[in-house]
Amino acid sequence: MDPAIIQTRRLNLYYGNFHALNDIDLDVGEREITALIGPSGCGKSTLVRVFNRMNDLIDSARVTGDVRVHGENIYAPNVDLISLRSRVGMVFQRPNPFPLSVRDNITFGLEIHRRGSRKDFDALVEDGLRSVLLWDDLKDRLQGSALSLSLEQQQRLCIARVLVMRPDIILMDEPCSALDPIATLRIEELMRELKKNYTIVIVTHNMQQAARVSDFTAFLYLGTLVEFGGTKQIFTAPAQQKTEEYITGRFG
Amino acid sequence: MHQTRPSVTLRKIREWCIERVIFLCGITSIVIVVLIFLFLLKEGLAVFRHVGLLQFLLGKSWYPISDPPQFGVLPLVIGSVLVTLGAAAISVPLGVASALYIAEIAPRRIKEILKAGIELLAAIPSVVIGFIGMVTLGPVIKSVFHLSTGLTALTGSITLAFMAMPTIVSIAEDAITAVPRQYREAAAAMGATQWQTTWRIVAYAARPGMLAAVMLGLGRVIGETMAVMMVTGNAALIPHSILQPVRTLTATIAAEMGETVQGGDHYAALFAIGIVLFVITFAINGIADLYLHRTTRG
Repeated sequence: MDPAIIQTRRLNLYYGNFHALNDIDLDVGEREITALIGPSGCGKSTLVRVFNRMNDLIDSARVTGDVRVHGENIYAPNVDLISLRSRVGMVFQRPNPFPLSVRDNITFGLEIHRRGSRKDFDALVEDGLRSVLLWDDLKDRLQGSALSLSLEQQQRLCIARVLVMRPDIILMDEPCSALDPIATLRIEELMRELKKNYTIVIVTHNMQQAARVSDFTAFLYLGTLVEFGGTKQIFTAPAQQKTEEYITGRFG
Repeated sequence: MHQTRPSVTLRKIREWCIERVIFLCGITSIVIVVLIFLFLLKEGLAVFRHVGLLQFLLGKSWYPISDPPQFGVLPLVIGSVLVTLGAAAISVPLGVASALYIAEIAPRRIKEILKAGIELLAAIPSVVIGFIGMVTLGPVIKSVFHLSTGLTALTGSITLAFMAMPTIVSIAEDAITAVPRQYREAAAAMGATQWQTTWRIVAYAARPGMLAAVMLGLGRVIGETMAVMMVTGNAALIPHSILQPVRTLTATIAAEMGETVQGGDHYAALFAIGIVLFVITFAINGIADLYLHRTTRG
């Protein structure tokens, strides 16, 4: 594996007294899809929210250990959170477009990060929507409310609004759990397309999804990283008994 | 089967009764509004035997007890509008800003204290606020602007702004707090600062609720009587600036109703003022409603 773009060493996270992540050592490779799997409450969503420091929004959360993105410790005191989050984008479980027009959803990120000037916005909006295959459907509805789109279109819009900020890494927290099976497959196809230019970390409770899209898989259980390896190896020849029990559906 | 049948009928009867009772409760409030309006019309329209509609609405003089009396409500309408606009200019920005502060920025303890304080402000009787305005604010306005009297439209606007604030703040704060967490999360994850999130996303999403808050606050201002009567000077003249005394529609009714002959022209004219007030508040509510439905659908 190439040098890791995200690297954690002895990462621990506590919610108050609850020990949510326990000594996580993980390396995420560039331009690969890494899947985090595990039963509910195992800490996979918490872990993905460490990488863009979304856990900062929770008052009781406390992080120790080392988390590096591009070799830079993102929990160092002088880290610019705003620039970190423009480099590490996030797509959420439920599609959450802003209650604005389709166009304004995309330009919001451009404006707050001053990407491009206003006259470039039309082209950037088109680029963004094209890269998630929405342009042909929405080019005549750019001023329409984003909330009137289908759930799949909303989720694609949320991905587009992250892409236009030109991040390196896209975190996806169960991005398909609100979508139907057909839409899920199409989003997975999009992820494979995005892999050419972006590093993707996806949290999923759907093991078939992890098997279908990811290159590497990390299995978490009770806040501990039980096993991490190539997806094929994890799903065909897991080294740990717990992993095997989980992927064969004996618990979880 | 045989045993359940009577209970099914019983349940249906009970449902029917409950439905009727709720229907009656609902219809009562509508009927009462209609009755009030009809009563206003019946008592007020009599004034138009003596003055034309335009003469009443656009007449510049309100001399109800001179001979012959003149019933021109324009100075009173202007007085009400001036005081209300002034109060809006003060209370809307302040109210919305404090709602944003309480809902989005304030730490929990401060938030609780502020919310309790604002509810307390709403509980102060209007006559007390008017009295405070008269004895403290009036003299200040008088000396700051070098006026012969401190009881002016501006004094009224400031006093009423304090009365509209609690309504605006508490309802706008509810609207802001009700904005789904996911919008805030999405904005934060995109690297928006707290201010960008609050102003461009949260405040925007809460717009309909904030508009409702402003409308309810201003509704209170337009209808307020006791406090304005005490602080605006009550001169029924068309003001040339906000630093002159004015008299509002409401204050006119309250001040003159006791001295009229029941059924007389003056009496009818006061009821006609009531109709004007009714129409104004109805129009404001209607416009707000229209706007709210348009934005929530979109």
